Amino acid sequence: MPPKRRKSARSSAGSEGRGKGTDKGHPEDIFPLVLTSTTQELFGCIADQDVTGESPYKLLQKDDIIQDIKRRATVSDFSPVKKIVLGYPEDEVLLVYDRDFTYNRAFYLVLTPEAKDRILNPPEPETPEVFETEVSKTPRPKHWISLGSEQEIEEKSVKETIKKLCYKFSRVRRKFGAPVCFSDRNTADAKDGFLECVSYQDSRFSIKQMQRDCGVQAVPRLRSSSAQTQWKFQRNIFTQYVPRELSDKEKENILQSESLKNFCNSVTPRVLHALQQQEIMNVFSDDWKDLGTGAEGSDWPGKVYQDLMLFQAFTDHKYTKDRKINSIHWHPTINGVIAVALTGKKGEQLIDSTTAVTRPSLILFYSFSDPSNPQLLLECPVDISAFEFCPSDPNIIVGGCVKGQVVLWDISAHVTHVQGAQPSATKVPVNTDTFGIVDHKETKTPVVQHCAMSSSEGCHKGPITDVQWLPPTFEVTRTGLPVENKNKISVQVVTCSLDCTLMFWDVRVQRLLNPSLSGRKQSMDPKTKPTPNSVPDTFRHLDRTWKPLFRVSLPKIDTSGEYIPLKFSLEHYICNDNNTDEATENENDLEVTPDYSQLRMSSAKTLRTLKDVNTKLYIGTVNGEIVYTDWKLEKDDFGRLLSAKPLHCFSIHPRSVNSVQRSPFFKDIILTTGGCNFAIWKEGVMDGPMLLSSRSEQDYTAACWSLSRPAVFFIGKRDGSIEVWNLLEKTSEPTQVQEHITNSMITCIKVCSTSSKQHLLAVSDDQGQVCVLEIPKTLYIPAKSESLNVKKYFELEEDNMKVVLKEEELCGKQKKEAEGLKKRTEPDKPTVKSLDLSKEEYMTEYGDFPSLNEHNLKNIGLWVATADTPDT
Amino acid sequence: MAEVDDTLKRIEAHKGVIGTIVVNADGIPIRTTLDNSTAVQYAGLLRNLTMMARSTVRDIDPQNDLTFLRIRSKKHEVLVAPENDFLLIVIQNPCE
Repeated sequence: MPPKRRKSARSSAGSEGRGKGTDKGHPEDIFPLVLTSTTQELFGCIADQDVTGESPYKLLQKDDIIQDIKRRATVSDFSPVKKIVLGYPEDEVLLVYDRDFTYNRAFYLVLTPEAKDRILNPPEPETPEVFETEVSKTPRPKHWISLGSEQEIEEKSVKETIKKLCYKFSRVRRKFGAPVCFSDRNTADAKDGFLECVSYQDSRFSIKQMQRDCGVQAVPRLRSSSAQTQWKFQRNIFTQYVPRELSDKEKENILQSESLKNFCNSVTPRVLHALQQQEIMNVFSDDWKDLGTGAEGSDWPGKVYQDLMLFQAFTDHKYTKDRKINSIHWHPTINGVIAVALTGKKGEQLIDSTTAVTRPSLILFYSFSDPSNPQLLLECPVDISAFEFCPSDPNIIVGGCVKGQVVLWDISAHVTHVQGAQPSATKVPVNTDTFGIVDHKETKTPVVQHCAMSSSEGCHKGPITDVQWLPPTFEVTRTGLPVENKNKISVQVVTCSLDCTLMFWDVRVQRLLNPSLSGRKQSMDPKTKPTPNSVPDTFRHLDRTWKPLFRVSLPKIDTSGEYIPLKFSLEHYICNDNNTDEATENENDLEVTPDYSQLRMSSAKTLRTLKDVNTKLYIGTVNGEIVYTDWKLEKDDFGRLLSAKPLHCFSIHPRSVNSVQRSPFFKDIILTTGGCNFAIWKEGVMDGPMLLSSRSEQDYTAACWSLSRPAVFFIGKRDGSIEVWNLLEKTSEPTQVQEHITNSMITCIKVCSTSSKQHLLAVSDDQGQVCVLEIPKTLYIPAKSESLNVKKYFELEEDNMKVVLKEEELCGKQKKEAEGLKKRTEPDKPTVKSLDLSKEEYMTEYGDFPSLNEHNLKNIGLWVATADTPDT
Repeated sequence: MAEVDDTLKRIEAHKGVIGTIVVNADGIPIRTTLDNSTAVQYAGLLRNLTMMARSTVRDIDPQNDLTFLRIRSKKHEVLVAPENDFLLIVIQNPCE
């Protein structure tokens, strides 16, 4: 209630002054009144009904009083207070029912609002003094002094400016109490279901937001990062230490100690036990592995190849056209190089003598890295029919010509070229020639001329069929006596030719028996034109003056005439030198490649004779005979040196002997092939071959022992197929036959082992082609104790043969007698018989019988010369 | 001392024995028939190996212990006998 007390204070003062005059005995702000009953009814203050003693107060409206006064003028009870009421500040006047008549009237009117307030709200009676002290203790709130704050509050306070509208809704009265059914209804269903008061922007005014509350919070942003140091400078750190060692005194102390004794005692039995175990058996031997053969054990999961696989084929059409290959050799030291000798085919040589000039005979060197081009060509004016690498120096090659001459080459200048063409080398053309010969492999192959040729007087009269170096362990004098070889290198060559002789040649400078010869030789030196650079001077001393040391002729044993040798084989003597000083010296020499040009032949007297050299040779002849002869020259009755008669001769083969090969494992086992059979001989067993194969359909044309298996050898046939024989498996037929290795007759087979895993077989044929086949593992890995088994086999065969031959002798004697009788009676038959028999005998092991038969018939005089055995 | 010598000589005289070494707990050879550098090398290396072998055996079964160690190589066989902190090493050539 707005305090208008200030104003009222004045007005109340005024009203008080006016009220003073009327009555006394009552305070000034009270006016006692008498109210008639009608007035009481009008104002609703009937005594003892509306107002009672308990509630004597009644507030009357000022306007009502004024209206009453106006209406009833002087009659109204309120006339005496008319002025006061008019000047009453407030709207309501308090009328008090005075029941006790304290102021002598029934009612009294309170004139001032303060009094009204006082009466209505009488102040608290004064509390007794006991409580006063307590009350005074609690702090009494001070009177609020207005300092203007209520105005602010009034300003801020929200007041209703507009009177609230009041709406009253009620249902129709008759529906009161009726049952009601409520249901839901969507406001959108009915059109006027709802009334929307949308807010809209009133254009009359706009409120500008002057102040906006906003809050800010700082949030730290997280970012993770890492750092790693780089180990930029790696540094090796090492320490060197020295092993600790105990001094001798300390060692002594320890050795004396009890603990060591105990240790030794306890440990020794164990150790001895283990040592003994070790001795007794090999604990770690793999029985499973040993059980299987070598091939299975090493390469189990892979397919076991049985066949000879074609590895490479060499042809060079430029040089090999219309030529056949006579012999091939693997290069002894350089892996993967084959040398091949080409000769014109038989018919051609006679016809085309002119073309023979333009096409010189060659030995081609093939290398695995370049199959279609030969690496090196060795040239010779005459066709080469046989050649061999020198075992001590693979750069020296000796060759035998079809005219009977012996030729030497030295390829030391071109070795790098041949070597450079290794299979492992890259395909980049290599200009390695030291002589500066520009060499594009594809265009030009180096050609080496022969550096020495034998003199035309001293050479063979017929084509040379075989040439071999003597092993470096011994050499031969002019009489054929084997003497020690001081140089320990191969210096001598043996050749045989169709002129029924063997010749021994020496490569060194010959001791001159004839002074005239020496003069001639020396004068020849300045005279001879300087040879072109490509020909080395190694054998200059031999060129055109070379003569053989001596000759060995092969007279027939029983008849006149000579054997015509085709191939021969001599035993490689292994020197058992007791003289160690010499041996060491020579070893040193061997390491340096011997310079053949400086070698001088020593006098026979100074050299020691070697007694245990086997000077006998096995020779295969054109007629299929195997001749066993000694090359030493003997003095006959007249003191002339003549070669002895051959010791034995066996006619085993129907046609000429192609090869005589000694087994690389046994020095007395020889394999010979000729015609359609082959024979294995043991040296010392002179009754016949150990094994003679049965006739095959195709001719055997070449043979070769395997280098790693003592029981295996390869035979090539006329139709170009190869037979593999294994003596331990089957002796009557080959273990393997592989057809169509080449298209024509196989002329030569050679085995070579380039590495422990690779064994190769080189096969040459009639048409100038060389095939290299890879020998499968089964054929080159030897079986367990194979050599022992083979040895046993041969021994058995020997014994068998002796038994058989004894029987045959008996039979033979009987037959002789029978024949002798028959010949007198039937003169025709023996001829026929002899023919039949001579053919039949080849199938059996009666080596001697044909000759015996011959002998007999000749004696009787009924001998008819047959086509097989020539009689010159 | 003499006993020790005798026993060791017996072992050394056995067929195929190349050399023997007696090693102490620190891997230092005490007595050997080989030359010093070889002995030191063998001792050091085999000491470690024996310790490792021993710990392997004992890890698998703590009640167990290593009694003998045999190393067979292409060229020879090495026998090692550990006992009481000492080690006896014997090098033997195989019989075949």
